[in-house]
Amino acid sequence: MAIITPLKTAAEQQLAEQFANVKAELPGAGAVRKLREDAFAGFEAKGLPHRRLESWRYTDLRSLVREAMPLARRSERPQAVADRLAIQTIPGPRLVSIDGIFSPTDSDLDTLPEGVTVRSLAEALTEAPEATAAALALPEVARDDSALMLNAAFARDGIVIEIAPGVELSRPILLLGIDSGAKETAQFSRVLVSVGAGAKATVVEQCESVGAAPSQINSALSFAVGDNAEVEHVRIVTRQRPETVRVQSLLAEIGAHANFASVALATCCGVLRQQSFVRYAGEHSRAALRGINLLRKQEHSDVTLVMDHAAAHGESRELFKNIIEGEATGVFQGKVVVRQHSQKTDGSMKSNALLLNDGATMFNKPELEIFADDVVCGHGATVAQMDGEQLFYLMARGLPRPQAEALVLTAFAGEVTEFVGDEAVREIVMREIDRWLSQREAAPKLETI
Amino acid sequence: MLEIRNLVVKIADEDKQILNGLNLTVNAGEVAAIMGPNGSGKSTLSYVIAGKEDYEVLDGEILLNGENILEMEADARAAAGIFLAFQYPLEIPGVATMTFLKAAMNAQRKARGEAELLTPDFIKQVNTAADSLGIARDMLRRPLNVGFSGGEKKRMEILQMALLAPSMCILDETDSGLDIDALRIVADGVNALRAKNRGFLVITHYQRLLDHIVPDTVHVMSKGKIVRTGGKELALELEKSGYASYGEAA
Amino acid sequence: MAAVQETIDQVKSIDVTEYKYGFVTEIEVDKPAKGLTEDTVRYISARKNEPEWMLEWRLDAFRRWKTMTEPNWSRVQYPPIDYQDIYYYAAPKKGAAPKSLDEVDPAILETYKKLGIPLSEQEILAGVAPENRVAVDAVFDSVSVVTTFKEELAKAGVIFCSISDAIREHPELVKKYLATVVPVTDNYFATLNCAVFTDGSFVYIPKGVRCPMELSTYFRINEQNTGQFERTLIIADEGSYVSYLEGCTAPKRDENQLHAAVVELIALDDAEIKYSTVQNWYPGDAEGKGGIYNFVTKRGDCRGKRSKISWTQVETGSAITWKYPSCILRGDGSRGEFYSIAVSNGAQQVDSGTKMLHLGKNTTSKIIAKGIAAGKSDSTYRGMVSAHRKATGARNFTNCDSLLIGDQCGAHTIPYIEAKTASAIFEHEATTSKIGEDQMFYCQQRGLSEEEAVALIVNGFVKEVLQQLPMEFAVEAQKLITISLEGSVG
Repeated sequence: MAIITPLKTAAEQQLAEQFANVKAELPGAGAVRKLREDAFAGFEAKGLPHRRLESWRYTDLRSLVREAMPLARRSERPQAVADRLAIQTIPGPRLVSIDGIFSPTDSDLDTLPEGVTVRSLAEALTEAPEATAAALALPEVARDDSALMLNAAFARDGIVIEIAPGVELSRPILLLGIDSGAKETAQFSRVLVSVGAGAKATVVEQCESVGAAPSQINSALSFAVGDNAEVEHVRIVTRQRPETVRVQSLLAEIGAHANFASVALATCCGVLRQQSFVRYAGEHSRAALRGINLLRKQEHSDVTLVMDHAAAHGESRELFKNIIEGEATGVFQGKVVVRQHSQKTDGSMKSNALLLNDGATMFNKPELEIFADDVVCGHGATVAQMDGEQLFYLMARGLPRPQAEALVLTAFAGEVTEFVGDEAVREIVMREIDRWLSQREAAPKLETI
Repeated sequence: MLEIRNLVVKIADEDKQILNGLNLTVNAGEVAAIMGPNGSGKSTLSYVIAGKEDYEVLDGEILLNGENILEMEADARAAAGIFLAFQYPLEIPGVATMTFLKAAMNAQRKARGEAELLTPDFIKQVNTAADSLGIARDMLRRPLNVGFSGGEKKRMEILQMALLAPSMCILDETDSGLDIDALRIVADGVNALRAKNRGFLVITHYQRLLDHIVPDTVHVMSKGKIVRTGGKELALELEKSGYASYGEAA
Repeated sequence: MAAVQETIDQVKSIDVTEYKYGFVTEIEVDKPAKGLTEDTVRYISARKNEPEWMLEWRLDAFRRWKTMTEPNWSRVQYPPIDYQDIYYYAAPKKGAAPKSLDEVDPAILETYKKLGIPLSEQEILAGVAPENRVAVDAVFDSVSVVTTFKEELAKAGVIFCSISDAIREHPELVKKYLATVVPVTDNYFATLNCAVFTDGSFVYIPKGVRCPMELSTYFRINEQNTGQFERTLIIADEGSYVSYLEGCTAPKRDENQLHAAVVELIALDDAEIKYSTVQNWYPGDAEGKGGIYNFVTKRGDCRGKRSKISWTQVETGSAITWKYPSCILRGDGSRGEFYSIAVSNGAQQVDSGTKMLHLGKNTTSKIIAKGIAAGKSDSTYRGMVSAHRKATGARNFTNCDSLLIGDQCGAHTIPYIEAKTASAIFEHEATTSKIGEDQMFYCQQRGLSEEEAVALIVNGFVKEVLQQLPMEFAVEAQKLITISLEGSVG
């Protein structure tokens, strides 16, 4: 079928105007400017991602983003942001961004462990345009992704974190991203984390909104994981405005014998697209992506990931759990690509969803794309309701139905939470899950099988 | 204690009727056995007493200490004193056995208006009961029933029975899948719980279990009804003659 | 590893010329000029002595087709097809519309004999128990040359004839059901088929009748540069049962040939249709020269309550396969099944799978797909399972496994699983692996050669699907799989 270039939508036209107005003032000249212009040209050719594109089949940004909101800038801080900043969640250095813009004064820059350097993306773009532009470029498997193109074109700020080779961090680095929600804004930001060979780090992303206005958020976090390094990533997205559209990209390039593990929790997520692109650049590396999505009302969560086995002896583990009630929609699209010379790849991908009532929807698309013969790859996907037999067993032991259901649901999510290595972080994850469960309406009675 | 009157039950969503006007009484302190061929409705009876939702009660009533329990949900029945030892105990991945035991004990205490157990008391109770049933401590830390052998699962059922101290215990084919040693441990566990304020309903296909848990009364069930009632000698008679004379193949 | 290297070497030197049905039958044929215009459509309709309504229907489809574009979403690659460089009709001159076997060109009868499909009823009757008899509709290029056991079937009320005969003799049934499962504009190739379909089979099983024998159609493409556009329509009325088999072969030619078929199945209340295919079109040579483009739309409609449609396919041939036999589970309590073995070798490309659309209550479906890729071939399983909001109690189990032989091939799995009702239970599992070295070692240690060991393991891999085929077909299919993998496995 011929690719028909549709007429530009209002939002696409507004984005073009915004880019024309703002490109001169965005940080970074030379290579950065070129990257931004190329990225925007790429976006203009494709437009906002829409349902006719296979990788955006279930999340149609073209219809979700009717109008492009004004770009966020550093501004007066509302009280709600200050209140949120007063709450310490986990021990460890905290790096704060407000509306996608790094706030050094709110961040623990003085107490950074030795071997860790932090600066703002704006600074890096200005001072080291070539290197930073290279780090912003789209990875091979996502080269057609117009959401990432927008991110590269518009990213005004973010954080650049460098962890020197061999450095082992004992406490997690917290990236606290606050969406002030004082007025409607579009936020484009990028965090670049490079982890030197043999280093060890945990990076936690907490994304929260504190205001009343919805936002359009397009943020990306890139990891360059050196050989023999070990990185744990945890993302918690909560308290979004229902109308907020958030595209959260995770890019990871993994060196030889390195280990990368990510767990993402989303509750109260508005419209959320989490897309991850992991590339195995060196042999014998391991990566695991896991996640929990707790969805209700009209919420929409799309988890799309590509594990690109470009080197041999790689191992990948994906496990995603969706619990869906109300009229909410869960999406899982996972693709494991094994290139021709990536022999001895070991891949396992699972997506399990529980639909708690009719009207809840789950779309699953677990894909394998394999060009090497000496591999063991598998995937499994299930969609079901809560197990009536299990519930009966628990109730026959005296647990009231809501408690029995909470126990079954916690256990269902527990298969993922157990992979959060840091205890304090796991605690926060569990607390968010409990909070979500406690907000369930008097558990609706399920039909028996 | 437990009184069942003219109980008529069918499977929900199907036309298949399983219990056809069943009458049964179990008194406090009594151990009653129900024997019968496969398909006579024994397991259905145990599920209906415990409150499983896959069945529809068309007629009759089930009284526990004079109160009709049919309108109660399964957890309320448990709190009222009904305990069902499952033929096939469910595996609950991700839920540690200890967590589950504590949740169940406290839920029942709460329903009865009692204070929650203090953790040290709880652990002491569990350990004592587990030791007497030969249940290793590390099993208690594992997810409930996940990866347990058939014998381990059945012992776990008896452990729960001991901890929850119900007034009416129903054992559904508790002997199935047990070797002779495991059978003895389970039977000893049950016998230790025999008390004058507690009733037992032991459902079994074979007489073997009744050598170890000696019943006061034996009922023969066929085609969804109790067709004969006698003393413990009835079990031995059945062992010899089989169920053929009750109109069904064994 | 030495053994593996050896296998890889064998794959490289693969000789796909093993295709044993690649001969050509020399007969005189009747065909119009190449190309596709309204006149071509009129020509075909006229040659078939079709009523006016049928011609109008075709012309309407043709006009719509001209406004459509060829789909490009599948994982197959081929040079653009020149639709003006194809013959759309080819019929043996001698004995057109034969009344009996005596009128059929002996060269054609000989062809079917060589293919192992005897068409003479006497021959079939000799030595075959009545319950094992198979009625055959033999389609040679664009026409059905003969349909066997018609009378005997008629006694049971079963209609089994070519679709051309059905259009003339049973217009009420054709009008009622044609294109009700695959709409005229369903997809590019289906619409093309509506305009230019030439022949195929028509089956009607009346209420309560269990078809007394297996029915089968044997498709043979013989002519060069000819497209085959088969159209099959099977209706199982309330409470009836039919098992239908389909076989296909073509000569070895350097040019690609297009086969664009449409098959529609309709099962009314409590009816059951079992549809089995052994597809062995010429796959082209090892470099990908020649071979059939098999672009097929097959769909079953479980229209009635408790109806059942079961697809079984063994796909070993064709240069490119693009087909998704599907089930629309409309009737409450209806059931759909899909069992598939797709073997690809040489430069073959397969993009195949199924759709199970759960619309009615308590509908169930099962998908078992086994893909074996060798040589430089590319094999994709693409499937969709969906439960409509009202499809309460929908159940699906899917298992798709791929086996790779050699490191030049690719195997892909693209399932879509969409649930919109909480009471649906969908389970999907898929694996991709190669034959385990320890399995191989075990077999070889017990005295099997490497080739025998691979054949044994492959047969084990596909067994679950083979069991769904009628006995004789299963044996044939098993042989076919082994032959298809020759050079790569033995």
